[in-house]
Amino acid sequence: MSEIIPIGPYHPLQEEPEFFRLHVEGEKVVKLEIELGYNHRGIEKLAETKSWDQVVFLVERICGICSTSHPAASTNAMEDLGGIEAPERAQYIRTIICELERIHSHLLWLGLAGHFIGYNTVWMWVWKYREIVCDLLDKITGNRQSYAMFKVGGVRRDILEDDIPWIRASMDKLKPVLDLFKGAVMDDPVIRARTRGVGILTNEMAKQYCVVGPTARPSGVAIDVRKDDPYFAYGMVDFDIVVLEEGDVFAKAVCRILEMYESVKIIEQCIDKMKPGIIDLKIKELPAGEGIGRAEAPRGEVYHYCLSDGSNFPARYKVRAPSYTNIASNEVACVGETVADAALVLAAVDPCYCCTERLVVVDHDNRREQVLQGNTLIQLSHERTKQIRKELGV
Amino acid sequence: MTWNEIKADIKGAFDGKILKWHEHNDTRIYVDIEPADLVEFSRYIFEKLGSRFIIASAVDTPRGGIEILYHFDFFKLPQVFSLRVFLPKPKPEVESLASVIKGTEWIEREMAELFGITFSNHPNPVHLLLPDDWPEGNYPLRRDQ
Amino acid sequence: MGIKLKALTKSPWVYHLSTGSCNNCDIEILDCLTPRYDLERLGIVLVGSPRHADALLVTGNMTMKCMKRAKEVYDQMPKPGVVIAVGTCALGHGVFEGSYVMPKTVDEVLPVDIYIPGCPPKPEGIIAGVAKLLEMLKQKA
Ligand code: SF4
Repeated sequence: MSEIIPIGPYHPLQEEPEFFRLHVEGEKVVKLEIELGYNHRGIEKLAETKSWDQVVFLVERICGICSTSHPAASTNAMEDLGGIEAPERAQYIRTIICELERIHSHLLWLGLAGHFIGYNTVWMWVWKYREIVCDLLDKITGNRQSYAMFKVGGVRRDILEDDIPWIRASMDKLKPVLDLFKGAVMDDPVIRARTRGVGILTNEMAKQYCVVGPTARPSGVAIDVRKDDPYFAYGMVDFDIVVLEEGDVFAKAVCRILEMYESVKIIEQCIDKMKPGIIDLKIKELPAGEGIGRAEAPRGEVYHYCLSDGSNFPARYKVRAPSYTNIASNEVACVGETVADAALVLAAVDPCYCCTERLVVVDHDNRREQVLQGNTLIQLSHERTKQIRKELGV
Repeated sequence: MTWNEIKADIKGAFDGKILKWHEHNDTRIYVDIEPADLVEFSRYIFEKLGSRFIIASAVDTPRGGIEILYHFDFFKLPQVFSLRVFLPKPKPEVESLASVIKGTEWIEREMAELFGITFSNHPNPVHLLLPDDWPEGNYPLRRDQ
Repeated sequence: MGIKLKALTKSPWVYHLSTGSCNNCDIEILDCLTPRYDLERLGIVLVGSPRHADALLVTGNMTMKCMKRAKEVYDQMPKPGVVIAVGTCALGHGVFEGSYVMPKTVDEVLPVDIYIPGCPPKPEGIIAGVAKLLEMLKQKA
């Protein structure tokens, strides 16, 4: 007999509403159904009513955490359409903003993941240090989120010479913090026991589901738009992509932590290499045609396609966010796990959709619906961590 | 494989089935094919050439039909390879790719509800984004709506 | 009602309801809880169920699919309760004006007591908004 446990769409810590139905047999998950659309805002249609300049602002508001990746892909698409090459200084500035965002996003994920396994201290610490990055972004762009920096043919604001020592100092401040988190995650026996071998996404499945970013790389799929199709200044700086083999939750966490080191490296190189110059070509209009833009968001490849008929508005605008493919892969990653671990697996893909506001247990035999309130799933997860702690004697 | 080898391979294998080969620039390639060849073509580049499916975008064109672009890329290469099929209205229909590539399942459901395209043999043809009680025949991304 | 309202102003528990937002507002709300801003020192706690909440923090555009759920959540909240709309989206759709999946704004679905503008509002802004609301309630009670 299999039971169905719906998860969502609301959750106390959750950013977006999302709805999962877990089919369980005893403790084991046998099937996962995902329902989307709580957050569907019709952006592709709206984009057709906005001018090219406004589209960049619109796509910025697709996802708050990736709020420069979408403009990045969008400007890439429009520049591909018009055959435009932004000035070099603008490319460096764009790269810096993109990498700062990657650090802030990975830290955010790490904090939430800590919360999910019952380490609230980790959450508070991580988010405390995340403020370093938020402050930097605030200073450079004028806003902590939604930076509005990108435009076709350049950026809107320059990085002032006066700010550069501060950026450097912040990066230096970040490094020991990253070491701290790396140690906390990689050496902690409880986290290891909790995440090792859980929610494995095999290399083959990763390819079938076409997953991207830090969901694909820990499964041995070496894709990274920054390397494969270098945009902005990524072709001019030196960095590595982190590829791991295990495909479990632990590998996903490690992958993200190691990536932050690379981001710091990229930012420092950009600051060193940046030369004074113009930051913006004044682009008046775009020709008719098609453009494709890609960018590596913290969660994977963002893909934008635009079609222009030569007017001021796009004729069609298509957006593919990385989570679109990554979330679908949960259908296989969750199967065979316990309910307590399923929460973690769903979270590992980031955005963490472990929405647990309402649990409805559907008993298949007499179609009885039982509505439970509260964070039962998170509690399950916390209990599992406690149990492991006891077993390990820590 | 380098891009030139892949290009020669595709051109050789599908000689006569390629309606148009357009290179916007070095890294953006658009290829028009017949809808009937789509499954075979995608199977070839996905399984034999080891490409990755990125996404599909549907466009309601003024030419009296709907175009679908299936975007692929080849690992480690900067090229984006887009297969274009044209489906005439009023009944745009094409074979589902979900049996070949699992990752196409969601986007096909999305295109079905936003554009009213029928994907034959789709494993799970239900709404993805829109509410279940969304009125039949109202396709928000079509131009005539 | 008076005494209940007065009690509410002491230590309001909030429930966070996202109705199709871009995440930024939600992140900033979470930011309010973390060490830099630490709302908990003011007695404001984020709770996991609307049944324990005194206030709803609503973000986002109120998409069609969320409308029913949002009303359910509001009905579950014990009264008197307050509704706080956070972010430009919740105030009136912002850039998303005219989309086919959002027939209504948040304040057409729920009775909003206070609006906090910004895209996203800074944590300081959210705290200021909540503090103003508490002032207002104190005077009413
Ligand atoms: S107001 Fe702005 S930041 Fe907040 S949800 Fe809307 S678009 Fe996102």
